[in-house]
Amino acid sequence: MTTDHAAPPVPRQRGGRRSVDSGGPPVPRGSQGLGGLAGKVVVLGLVAGIAVWGAFPLIGARAWPGLAVLVVVTALIFYVYLSGRHIPAKYLLPGTLFLIAFQILPVLLTVSTAFSNFGDGHRGSKQDAIVAIRNASITQVEGGTEYGLTVATRGGELVFLLVDPTGAAFLGDADGLEPLPAGDVTVSAGRVTRAQGYTVLNLGQVGARSAEVTAFSVPTANGAIQSTGASRASERQANRIYDESCDCIVERSTGNRWTADNAAGSFVDSQGGHLAQGWRVGVGFDNFTRALTEPTIAGPFFRTLVWNFAFSLGTVFTTFALGLLCALALHSPRIRFRRTYRILLVLPYAMPSFAMLLVWRDMFNADFGLINRLFNLNVDWMGQPWTARFAVILVQLWLGYPYMFLVATGALQAIPNEMNEAALVDGATPGQRFRRVTLPLLMVALTPLLIASFAYNFNNFNAIALTTEGGPFPADNTTIGATDLLITYTYRLAFGAQGAQYGFAAAISFYIFLIVAVVSAISFRRTRRQEEVYG
Amino acid sequence: MRIRTAGVVAAMALALAAAGCGDDKPADSGTGQQQTGGSLVIWADEKRTVALKPFAEKFGTDNGVTVEVKAVTKDLQTNFVTASQSGSGPDIVVGAHDWIGNLVQNGAIEPVQLSAAQKSAFQEIATKAVTFNGQLYGVPYAVENIALIRNTDLAPTAPATIEELVASAKQLKAAGKVSELMCLQVGQNGDAYHIYPLYTSGGGYLFGTKSNGDYDPKDLGVGKPESVAAFTKIRALGEKGEGALKRSIEGGNSISTFTGKKCAYLISGPWAITDIKKASITYDITPVPGFAGGRAAQPFVGVQAFYVASKGKNKAVAQEFVANYLTKTDLAAALYQAEPRPPALAAALDQVKATDPDAQKFLDAGKGGAILPAIPEMAAIWDPFGKAEAAIVGGADPNATITAAAKTISGQINK
Repeated sequence: MTTDHAAPPVPRQRGGRRSVDSGGPPVPRGSQGLGGLAGKVVVLGLVAGIAVWGAFPLIGARAWPGLAVLVVVTALIFYVYLSGRHIPAKYLLPGTLFLIAFQILPVLLTVSTAFSNFGDGHRGSKQDAIVAIRNASITQVEGGTEYGLTVATRGGELVFLLVDPTGAAFLGDADGLEPLPAGDVTVSAGRVTRAQGYTVLNLGQVGARSAEVTAFSVPTANGAIQSTGASRASERQANRIYDESCDCIVERSTGNRWTADNAAGSFVDSQGGHLAQGWRVGVGFDNFTRALTEPTIAGPFFRTLVWNFAFSLGTVFTTFALGLLCALALHSPRIRFRRTYRILLVLPYAMPSFAMLLVWRDMFNADFGLINRLFNLNVDWMGQPWTARFAVILVQLWLGYPYMFLVATGALQAIPNEMNEAALVDGATPGQRFRRVTLPLLMVALTPLLIASFAYNFNNFNAIALTTEGGPFPADNTTIGATDLLITYTYRLAFGAQGAQYGFAAAISFYIFLIVAVVSAISFRRTRRQEEVYG
Repeated sequence: MRIRTAGVVAAMALALAAAGCGDDKPADSGTGQQQTGGSLVIWADEKRTVALKPFAEKFGTDNGVTVEVKAVTKDLQTNFVTASQSGSGPDIVVGAHDWIGNLVQNGAIEPVQLSAAQKSAFQEIATKAVTFNGQLYGVPYAVENIALIRNTDLAPTAPATIEELVASAKQLKAAGKVSELMCLQVGQNGDAYHIYPLYTSGGGYLFGTKSNGDYDPKDLGVGKPESVAAFTKIRALGEKGEGALKRSIEGGNSISTFTGKKCAYLISGPWAITDIKKASITYDITPVPGFAGGRAAQPFVGVQAFYVASKGKNKAVAQEFVANYLTKTDLAAALYQAEPRPPALAAALDQVKATDPDAQKFLDAGKGGAILPAIPEMAAIWDPFGKAEAAIVGGADPNATITAAAKTISGQINK
């Protein structure tokens, strides 16, 4: 089990979960040797550097809690590694920090999202929605004037110098519009280019005060004069305004009202319609119950679950069987060119799975695909449920068996030869030796990897999304296809229609997490028993 | 001894930390500079980034603004909405007009106030496409739609109806000149965008229109008898009928099958032209033909536009750029060179037309086309509609399939 090959999975194919307590800064052993000291200095220096690098944006955004966490964590790291005591902490700290950052935090974030309506149309705060509604309703006042605009300053204070279509120049400021004497200004091409007592700003200078310029408005009788960029302005008015007294949006032109529904995060009218711009609110267990009760989702759920298990178990068993077979065949010292064979067998593992999945998809094309042409077949592989299912498992087999071959080879080499020899002396046949000696010893080493592989394949989004996209779909139900996994189905539900529904997706992810966790827990418990017998 | 070691470690760590600070300093003064000069950040996809860069940089140096054009290769719309929500988004984003509904419901973009004169410089259909709820949300730069592209060596005359097309293609196939009748991408999961002309020619529609010309999400055309009739005609062209429509022809291979001279007729858009020219095929572009005796085949007309982000840091300059700088013809012509989508500016179109007749041909093919709906409800159509199409092309019963698809769509719209 301690050979290189049996090391935790490499990230690509099966790298679902890497053990969290590897990685992190190398743990120095006390204060021995110059190399150790230098390593410690470099790593702690890096920690300090990263902390400083991370602190600036946090200070800029005034995110004090975040800054406090950063300071405490950095101080903790320095304290633990600079003090001579706390030896166990030196070993535990990196793993714990990584566990919190990469496992616990994402899970907490997902769960908290699952209790909200976060998604398209419900992303920001209520205030954001009110501003968006107001700004989306700003229109030019009927018959309002278009002005040529020059942004200028009067002793540092921002003003608009405006020229109307007749060529008359005006000064616009917070008090309103007043005419400028024609002698004081130079107007060319419908804009003021120079004015006495004012400093004209160029576009770069306008950009530097962008927020001010955009917010600047010159009140008029019918609305306000506002800028479009830095060279034009017109008289405008917002049509939909938030009224705090009724907690509603009122449309000026029609008098229509949309009252805030703070439980749903929308402004709704009396007919049940709502404004598109909503805000994020907590919705309790709604997302969780919706996943279980909505017929379009709950109905096909179990069928998909069954296929999902079949897919991941099928992938694990076929890849393991083929990988083990190859490993056994190449384990015999009588075979020549073993090294060459091994390299050839590992090749699929060395290719980017992303590209390979697309290549395989094209090979299964009914009219142009390599497979039908090569074997002179006329099978609509991706068009029928069972051939499509067969095809995706075949692709996974090809992509996955080299990994199983590698780990099985490693585990085989770790089995002491004496065991087999002893069995041989006892008169066991090769079949008996394999079943009674080799396989059980292999399984002790490999079962955890098989479970990891199962968990990874249970959520193997790419394997489906890049080949069949869940299809083929039955003609009378376009929501769920024959090869859909829960994860691809969830993805389509959450992002396929009506934009992204992150809250709902998070709730379903949580269910998938529960399923995988339960299956893994049961399997690991069984493995432990196995280890007690053989270990 | 131990204390001394700790002291050395601490001192060196502090030195390294200081070095880290030192690295930060130039960046700080950089942002300081940006604050005095103003900066403008534009997000676009790769191809447009290349075309935009020289113009954006010129705009920057002319006006003392730092301009950064950033290529976002994947999921530009989603990335923009997410980044804009967290305050790290750009000032301007470039994208298709059917994003508007979603961008507006997320409060990510704001209306652009163009003067009447500025509006009139654009083709009418372009400004109409970027108008949503009565507001102009983007400045259009290109108009695109699909057309029938045919290999004139194989098929010298343009077919007037889809039946003529199939008949001519069958002759070519019998003569062994082609292996496929028509390259219209379907794929295993369908393609609503490419089948839409045939769907409308068969009598179907997606959304009705309100009195002001906007699409009405309450009037869903999918599932109506006309849509079933249209799909009955489409089925007749499918795998169980003429074999002109096939699920094995998909986005990844339809253009290459045409450039490989395996089919004489391709239904695709301006983006296919670069590949076709590379394969040195003689081609012509004509409108997508409809069914004999049917209605006109309407392609979707899409518009590419520039949007001003509502949470951008430099809205004043962004508005100046889209409203007053983008209305220049040479930028539109350069964008056409980068990818030949016909310009939305009438003057730029005239300039392009002089050297390249394709632009006008595509526009002619799009005449009478339907503006791609920008309402958020359209998101509910794509997936079920495409899958229903794929099933029917494969030979499924149109009535049952479309009824099921309509149920899914209306279920999602009414949610």
